[in-house]
Amino acid sequence: MLNTYTFPEFDYIRSADQDAAQPVKHPVVVIGAGPMGLAAAIDLAIHDIPVVVLDDNNTVSVGSRAVCYAKRFLDISDRLGVGQRCVDKGVTWNVGKVFFENEQIYSFNMLPEEHHRRPGFINLQQYYLEEYYVDRVNELEKADLRWKNKVTGIEQNDDEVTLTVETPDGEYTLKADYVIACDGAGSKTRAACGLESKGQIFHDRFLIADVVMDPKKFPPERWFWFNPPFHEGQSTLLHRQADNVWRIDFDLGWDADPEEEKKPENIIPRVKAFLGEDVEFELEWASVYTFTCRRMDDFRHGRIFFAGDAAHQVSPFGARGANSGIEDIDNLTWKLQMVMNGKAGDNLLNTYSEERTFAADENILNSTRSTDFITPKNGANRAFRDAVLWLAKDYTFARPLVNSGRLSVPPFLTESSLNTEDDGSFDCKVVVGAPCTDGPVKRNGEDSFLLGALGNVFNGMLFVDSRNDLTAEMVDQLGELAAQDVPVKSYIVASHDMDIALPEGVELLIDTVGVVKERLDAKGGTFYLMRPDQLVTARMRSFDKAAVVAAQNKALGK
Amino acid sequence: MSKLITEPNLPRPDDFYQELTDLHRDLSDEQSLDVNARLILLLCNHIGDQDVLSEAMQTARKHIPAQ
Repeated sequence: MLNTYTFPEFDYIRSADQDAAQPVKHPVVVIGAGPMGLAAAIDLAIHDIPVVVLDDNNTVSVGSRAVCYAKRFLDISDRLGVGQRCVDKGVTWNVGKVFFENEQIYSFNMLPEEHHRRPGFINLQQYYLEEYYVDRVNELEKADLRWKNKVTGIEQNDDEVTLTVETPDGEYTLKADYVIACDGAGSKTRAACGLESKGQIFHDRFLIADVVMDPKKFPPERWFWFNPPFHEGQSTLLHRQADNVWRIDFDLGWDADPEEEKKPENIIPRVKAFLGEDVEFELEWASVYTFTCRRMDDFRHGRIFFAGDAAHQVSPFGARGANSGIEDIDNLTWKLQMVMNGKAGDNLLNTYSEERTFAADENILNSTRSTDFITPKNGANRAFRDAVLWLAKDYTFARPLVNSGRLSVPPFLTESSLNTEDDGSFDCKVVVGAPCTDGPVKRNGEDSFLLGALGNVFNGMLFVDSRNDLTAEMVDQLGELAAQDVPVKSYIVASHDMDIALPEGVELLIDTVGVVKERLDAKGGTFYLMRPDQLVTARMRSFDKAAVVAAQNKALGK
Repeated sequence: MSKLITEPNLPRPDDFYQELTDLHRDLSDEQSLDVNARLILLLCNHIGDQDVLSEAMQTARKHIPAQ
């Protein structure tokens, strides 16, 4: 039991499938109602694809686990209709402080770029996040969330997947066209398929303690200690979450006894040594963990897809677990939708693994580097690490070398086979394979943000400087793109309102402060094509309908 | 691509070498390790060319047989 949170208990409800004479077949079955499984359910249901989610438990994540949610996570959550609740409850933070032994070495402000709907990061306990996602799933008619439904067997042939499910009322059989396994690091689905997640195990143990404190004592900042004076381990992290709960993460070393360390009588003295004897706190939750950096070779296994921790795991430094998991779902669901609706071939589904293993490798690389910096593996490494920290205090050159976790940013899928090469040269951070940037826009006379106008379908953006840039032919062609079998819904992006008649599926978007144009290095005539997951897939200096169609076909794996 | 200079480039080699050894004269092994680490980091930042640094790193351990 937590003092600040009451875990919901969701009802087991007997499904009509359990009484069917023949096993019922569903388009998609998701295994696991953690953040990824819930996100998958929402994403499929809002695309009108019926989905069943099976979870062996009947509540949300016990213990806080994931804490930091990055901007991209929030942007995707916005598309799924959950973003605002997360941001309202979460703690937004920008300042990080780095300490080495007794001293503060430096502090940094992440100074998020202005004019984005969402901040760089929020901190929120995983149970809140899951609760909000569950509420959203329950709003959707196409999503069927079944608690206390444990998958005990899974088999597939060329046509379907067959699942054996255990419930309080006994066993039943389900069939599915596709299965998404979101059953976590210890994925039983992965084991049942005879597959492995391979990589590096780190010989280190960490104690996480969530404590409730007076918010006046510590600001909403990320404090990271190397070689802390109050603790014999190599590092300590302090981070604020919602409800005045602070996450403290102590490195214990490999020889620590996890059972002993988990006992409150052993945790409390550690926390006191850290916070000071006079700081009052209540211990909310604690756990000892180890970690691995590993992934599966292929995230697709026939009709079964693996996502989140089931597919790949990283060390916690950099918050790349949940943040990369939701990008998996974002990547997979539109592809499934296209294939299931006959708009793309089965090969499009292979690109899920192609793109997300590429992303996983970048995340694993970053989190492994952080881990190696935080816990040096030999004397020379330690000498360099300590030298970097001491130098960082007086010399700014060393600060970029300090690595207490490279905070999650979405890997740019620059090598994807779905990308079309730039037509013309572009000089901006956004590249083909990267998520589109954000910026304030006016749409139908209302102030909103660009990313709120993108996603779920292919989108185009045609930038114009003046009304004269736009010929009647171009407008007609944008209309034709919107009327295709797989529509491209386009925006004409301008700095000011224009009196112009637009066909169905084409809208005017006012770039109110000009940052959209600037961030995409757009000029009059520039056209950007985005996939349903908001990733830029092609761009050109002058709009050419045939080139847009070709790029869309390429993005569909044709 | 810049190349690592492996021809003589120090104007006063004896002065340089003495200063380098004097730097460590009164230090313990542990202190020397620390000072060398700082020195390498300062120099690497000054050079600021990844190609040159990679070549120097490879050259430095060229004599050690690959494991």
